[in-house]
Amino acid sequence: MFFDSDLLMSALRALTPILLAALGGALCERAGVFNIGLEGMMLMGCFTSVATSWFTGSAWLGVLAAALAAAAYSLILAVGAVTLRGDAVVLGIAMNLLAVGLTSFLLRTVFGVQGTFDDPSLAGLPLIGGFTPLAYLAFVAVAVAAVMLSRHVWGLRLRGVGEAPDAAATLGVSPAKYKYAAVLISGVLCGLAGAQLALGNVTLFSENMTAGRGWIAVVAVMLGRAAPVGVLLAALLFGLAEAAGFRLQGVGLPQQATDAAPYVVTLVALFLSTARRRRRTVNSPSGATT
Amino acid sequence: MTHTHIPRISGVLRSPITFSVLAGLVIGALFLVGTGADPLTAYSAVLTGSLGADGIGSTLSTGTSVLGMALALAIPLRAGLINLGGDGQMVLGGITAAVTGLYSPLPAPLTVVLALLAGMAAGAAYAALAALCENRLGVPLLVSSLLLSYPAVSLASYLARYPLKEPGSSLPQTRAMPDGVALPAFGDSTVTVGLLLVVLAAAAYWFTDRRTAFGYEIRMTGLNSRFAAYAGVERRGLTLKLMSVSGALAGLVGAIGVLSFPYRFVDGSLTAPGYTWTGLTAALLAAAAPLGTVVASFFFAVLAVGGLAMERTTEVPRELTQVLQAIVIVFLAARLRFPTKWFSRRTQESGAV
Repeated sequence: MFFDSDLLMSALRALTPILLAALGGALCERAGVFNIGLEGMMLMGCFTSVATSWFTGSAWLGVLAAALAAAAYSLILAVGAVTLRGDAVVLGIAMNLLAVGLTSFLLRTVFGVQGTFDDPSLAGLPLIGGFTPLAYLAFVAVAVAAVMLSRHVWGLRLRGVGEAPDAAATLGVSPAKYKYAAVLISGVLCGLAGAQLALGNVTLFSENMTAGRGWIAVVAVMLGRAAPVGVLLAALLFGLAEAAGFRLQGVGLPQQATDAAPYVVTLVALFLSTARRRRRTVNSPSGATT
Repeated sequence: MTHTHIPRISGVLRSPITFSVLAGLVIGALFLVGTGADPLTAYSAVLTGSLGADGIGSTLSTGTSVLGMALALAIPLRAGLINLGGDGQMVLGGITAAVTGLYSPLPAPLTVVLALLAGMAAGAAYAALAALCENRLGVPLLVSSLLLSYPAVSLASYLARYPLKEPGSSLPQTRAMPDGVALPAFGDSTVTVGLLLVVLAAAAYWFTDRRTAFGYEIRMTGLNSRFAAYAGVERRGLTLKLMSVSGALAGLVGAIGVLSFPYRFVDGSLTAPGYTWTGLTAALLAAAAPLGTVVASFFFAVLAVGGLAMERTTEVPRELTQVLQAIVIVFLAARLRFPTKWFSRRTQESGAV
């Protein structure tokens, strides 16, 4: 059987980092900050979690440090795009580049290795029923985010800030505060995503180990129209593509084909969803970012 | 850097570019102190290692690829379009040039020309695909170009590892080009005619930007796409044209890479040095202005090659130069709105895509 419970299990494992990062991206999107720095924030989380876990011997401290480090890193976007009104796209690209350089630099200065740091004494996250606690947390986070955005006053204000910042400001809601909060939460979530990637199913850090997952998360935000449940479905699609890719590799398909599978599937899904949306809303302004 | 008049010295000093570069160098110095190295020794090692007699050849050959990719990204960026698929376009150009070089029945000199053109055509076609994704399917160019890049890199990797692999070799590479199927090099150096080709491309970009109506349309679209659309610039057509040119240049860089030492397509050798991202950084630093892009590309080639020399003398990892590049762009992007360099009354939404 091709579609069996094993496939679903590995799909769920593959989707966790994407889901966490994409949830952060969705919150930013709702607050009106285009965040394409997810990849870089995740990568910072990967490195910090591994470094902290190795020095303290505790994977949980690694997770905590990853969340804090990625949140601190996300301040670049918050200060740059919200306070200084810089270009969020360029900032995000630069943050992704900076994270690749910085983590490779630190890998060599702190651990003295190039490429991959992999040590048997490195503490990884425990597995409960085949998943790390962070995987369960990701699903809880979806539910929390969905309730907050649709029911809670904080979420409604956040959406207001994203949709009509001037109106929100007139009502006494500070757009900057909500935007900062959204960006910082996305940092925390990306940090957790990075920790999951580096201390979850594997226990190691390697250069550029996020390998485009942050970008997939950006696409998941678009596919899911920045709604938590939509983002979950989009991440599930990616997880299935990755898991199916691994499965096909076992059947003898070359690794390159399976490497490319998640990107192709994501792209096709994006085509289909935007094409359908377009047909529904003809005369939409062209060249919109989302 | 984008203005036609020569800016006064005070203006240059106060420009956000100068500020960003200086801030990057200062932060880099802090990193160096942090790792226990002397910043002055390290920076002078960067300069002597990249501009000295031993390094200049390497700087110019690295500069060929960096400038090529920088131009490829600058040209659409001038109209506010970001092409993130440079890696895929470059690698497809490289593998197409390799196939052409290996199987073309023409005499060697014609094969070289054919391989260059084939590489450019492959890159252009793939970039045009990303443009079509935006035009026809509504997928933002930023995302479509980047996502398309991964399967292209995987495809080229597959071809180099299986059907086109050099028999008997343990390396993931194609056979070497036949005799004479190579770009002529200057003397014993690794600098090839490829450098002239990208410099010519830069000159053509400068001319188009400064002297032609098409260049004016591109700039106007970058300044204010709504105004440009109102004035009759057809956005979809422009996207398609600019992406094709962009992809052709990326493909050219790939083809030059294959037609220079080691005269074959080696899996990963085009993408591993990060030419695409360095090129993008250079284009962003120069706000896509033609001359500025050339200067910024040279600056980053110096950093990249000098980084190796710095690593040898001070044992500070060369990745520091990558950190420097990114910091410069972070400062530049944060200090002021990127498109405001061209137009000061743009709304603050991230309309650069």
